[in-house]
Amino acid sequence: MEWETVIGLEIHVQLLTKSKIFSAASTAYGAQPNTQACDVSIALPGVLPVMNREAARLAVRFGLGIGAQINKRSIFARKNYFYPDLPKGYQISQFEVPIVGQGRIEIETDNGCKVIGITRAHLEEDAGKSLHQDFHDMTGIDLNRAGIPLLEIVSEPDLRSAVEAVAYLRKIHSLVRYLNISDGNMQEGSFRCDANVSMRPKGQTELGIRAELKNINSFRFVEKAIEFEIDRQIDILEDGGKIVQETRLYDSDKNETRSMRSKEEAHDYRYFPDPDLPEMILDDDFIDQIRNQLPELPDARKSRLEREYHLSSTDASHLTNDRDTADYFENVCSQTAADSRTVANWILGELSAALNHSAMEIRDSPVDSIRMASLLDRINDDTISGKIAKQVLTLLWKSEKSVDQVIDENDLKQITDTGAIEAIVDNILQENSAQVSQYKAGNQKIFGFFVGQVMQQSGGKANPKQVNDLLRNKLD
Amino acid sequence: MSLTPKEITHIATLARLKTSSEQAEFYATQLSRIMDLIKQMNTIDTSDIEPMSHPQDPALRLRADEVTATNLREAYQTVAPATENGLYLVPKVID
Repeated sequence: MEWETVIGLEIHVQLLTKSKIFSAASTAYGAQPNTQACDVSIALPGVLPVMNREAARLAVRFGLGIGAQINKRSIFARKNYFYPDLPKGYQISQFEVPIVGQGRIEIETDNGCKVIGITRAHLEEDAGKSLHQDFHDMTGIDLNRAGIPLLEIVSEPDLRSAVEAVAYLRKIHSLVRYLNISDGNMQEGSFRCDANVSMRPKGQTELGIRAELKNINSFRFVEKAIEFEIDRQIDILEDGGKIVQETRLYDSDKNETRSMRSKEEAHDYRYFPDPDLPEMILDDDFIDQIRNQLPELPDARKSRLEREYHLSSTDASHLTNDRDTADYFENVCSQTAADSRTVANWILGELSAALNHSAMEIRDSPVDSIRMASLLDRINDDTISGKIAKQVLTLLWKSEKSVDQVIDENDLKQITDTGAIEAIVDNILQENSAQVSQYKAGNQKIFGFFVGQVMQQSGGKANPKQVNDLLRNKLD
Repeated sequence: MSLTPKEITHIATLARLKTSSEQAEFYATQLSRIMDLIKQMNTIDTSDIEPMSHPQDPALRLRADEVTATNLREAYQTVAPATENGLYLVPKVID
């Protein structure tokens, strides 16, 4: 039988607020355990939650970014479950009326653009962390994370493969970075993803029984976890078995998913409106102000880069995936006389490779946009060749000197003095008389050999065009 | 009776309440009466009435995003049953 995969993602995004969603404790990452766990975070009796305006603002910003309906009236609810990472015995979330309603986002697939529906995005509080190491058979609880504002973004079951799921996840990641509502750091858990995966016979409209995959904390693992799960479910179905609705944990070391909770009642959360928090009412001014401050979003920026900088769709797409890269590109362009396509090639080629090699992000690049611009200017005005420029980039990586200083100190200036190049050319032709005869006998291919020899002897510094011209003059 | 003792036991388990079978019977009878009242209320047509989540009128107050809470870990942990390295210790939750 032919099976169709159906995937929906739930993405948890930690919002970039200074304080927690319902209390004035800090949200900074990496503090000593429980030093940012105030009375509300640890749920001392009698404390009350007070909603953070900034968390609401960031959620609305996301909603406007995906063209979603913003609910001016939304309701906080208690989601009841007992686990020590939330000592209240419930998580404050939104159930019936979330702050952000239906929206949509476009992803690029092999078959072109595809629209993915977003069901909703709601505000909630993050839970603390449980540490299961050696505490004499006890569990250690750190409540610093408890109460950090989360936006949970729920997609429609519109994704049909692991690759599409990753494309969607990347798109949302790029969007939250553009909107600056989250740092999107997956290692630190600021951006987390659960995947609902089910299979159905091709052509059937009814959904199959799904498994929920948790604990997938990198783009690569999302793809692998979903692929593993698809195979597991198909195996069961083809053997005539049935899928059990359950939560499964992805183990990246073993590349497998395994059952986590089997008790169905664990999902019986008995939501009800939180009596501590009245309805949240947002007025038009609040929403309009956020709308007026929206930055240019990835799709719009991509079109603009194609138009204004004459870039290919692929290059524009790569440059705008990440806001910092697009900013870097535009900063370099505004400071250099070099062609914008050359700038794009250098950023996506040499610079990306160097950053990857050093495991760095572009915002921490040792070569900032100013030095990159002046490096490209020196190629543009023939001070150095493109090949030498790569060498200069390596040197700039390790020093804070200016491009001109590095070129001078390492004697890397291109030789454009015809007399000097001619001397090298004459020398090479003399030393390789056999090859000269071959060339004269009609072996055109050997021309490249002469160019190579001259370039080598000049330490790569001879102007290649002049070398070519001189050789042609002497040989032809 | 709209609620069975079995359902009562289930709800109690979710709320971490220990109930004997006599108690389950007792509460099934009592809570069923409340459920019956709700059933009676459900016969009223409310389709043109906006659902109410809270009985009070005032909207949620929003506070400025400022960190004003200080670190009171030492004080809080003096009343905790068990702590270590700044962590609260609780009975093991995962085998």
